[in-house]
Amino acid sequence: MNNPPDVTQDPKEYEEYAHGVHQHVMRYVMVGITLLVFTGITVALSYVDFGARKANIAVAMLVATLKAGLVAAIFMHLAAEKRLIYRILIFTGFFVLGLFWLILLAWYDYPIFR
Amino acid sequence: MEIPYTISTRPDTGLWNAKIGIWLFLASEVMLFGGLFSAYIFLRIDSAPGMWPHGLLNVPVGTMNTAILIMSSVTVVLAWASLKMRRYRAYWWYMLVTILCGVIFLTVKLVYEWPQKFEHFGAYIKPEALGKYEKYLGNERRAEKGMEPRIEITGHLHSQNSKEYEVALDPVNAEPDNPVMDRPHFFPLPVTDKIATIEKEDVQRATMFLPTHNAYFASYFTITGLHGMHVLGGVLVFIYMWLPVSKRLYQRNPEHLANRVEVSGLFWHFVDLIWIFVFPLFYLL
Repeated sequence: MNNPPDVTQDPKEYEEYAHGVHQHVMRYVMVGITLLVFTGITVALSYVDFGARKANIAVAMLVATLKAGLVAAIFMHLAAEKRLIYRILIFTGFFVLGLFWLILLAWYDYPIFR
Repeated sequence: MEIPYTISTRPDTGLWNAKIGIWLFLASEVMLFGGLFSAYIFLRIDSAPGMWPHGLLNVPVGTMNTAILIMSSVTVVLAWASLKMRRYRAYWWYMLVTILCGVIFLTVKLVYEWPQKFEHFGAYIKPEALGKYEKYLGNERRAEKGMEPRIEITGHLHSQNSKEYEVALDPVNAEPDNPVMDRPHFFPLPVTDKIATIEKEDVQRATMFLPTHNAYFASYFTITGLHGMHVLGGVLVFIYMWLPVSKRLYQRNPEHLANRVEVSGLFWHFVDLIWIFVFPLFYLL
């Protein structure tokens, strides 16, 4: 969200700004309800047999990623942020994926157990 | 000295400083939890058949805690929006609800969920002795249906002497051939009054459900423990911002307090985001 007009502001300008915030409030509540519904869906889907546990894990992680995306985009305002923050996150994404990729290296490293 | 750029934006970054600060901190948090989650994945895909338990945690309680955390995420963002609209009273109430949600979450974890694990007992049976305990394990039927074998007998430890354990069995071990037991239950079934005697020489390893019990509990306690410490940290910060000392800041410079709430809110949403993954990984799958 935009920064407010300067602290020593013109009251009319501020009024418009506050009105903008007010419109966001409804959206936050709706996102909260959506997240609660998705939580219910996650629980319900975990009792559905998709044939293999791997399939259940994939479905649950998909729903969790959707929920996490909503939290990040709306609550954490990532849907509209400054470029510098996206840059920080791109670096983070790169390194955290590298971290998960290390599992694969370890997996092929010692074939004794498999 | 006055800290610069608490509310005005720094020309070269286009942001006030605390916002960059919190995002750099969250980036390091992603790496911290990323390491633990990759350890979880590694331990899980590498676990021997029957070694990764399913359906041990209390799903209704976990779901409730998830809902509480989500609601607190909503209230903290509403608290911030209230400050932006200069409604201190509303801010104060939203903040109070957020703090209470965090406290309830932690209380459920520390008073109910964790201690329940500490009282639960499990004994891994040696491979050569599995046949002897078939009536508690039901592995013949499981093998026919192509399911993982059961190698552990769980329940409440009634008594033990130098030779044997006496265990009040969990329903899974009390009726191992009942197809109802093949999948986890939403409402956890209580321990039965059926007692099994397990000879110690048949047991590979037996402990309460502590981090040492198996890789599942090691990762469960590590990840939920670290997450719980984050919740505690968030609650402490929120309490500070809710106390009268912050009202003085509000009267002096409301935008400064709003920005403080925004960055601590970002931290709180991150903690919520981690839980969104922790909940299915440990409770449901």
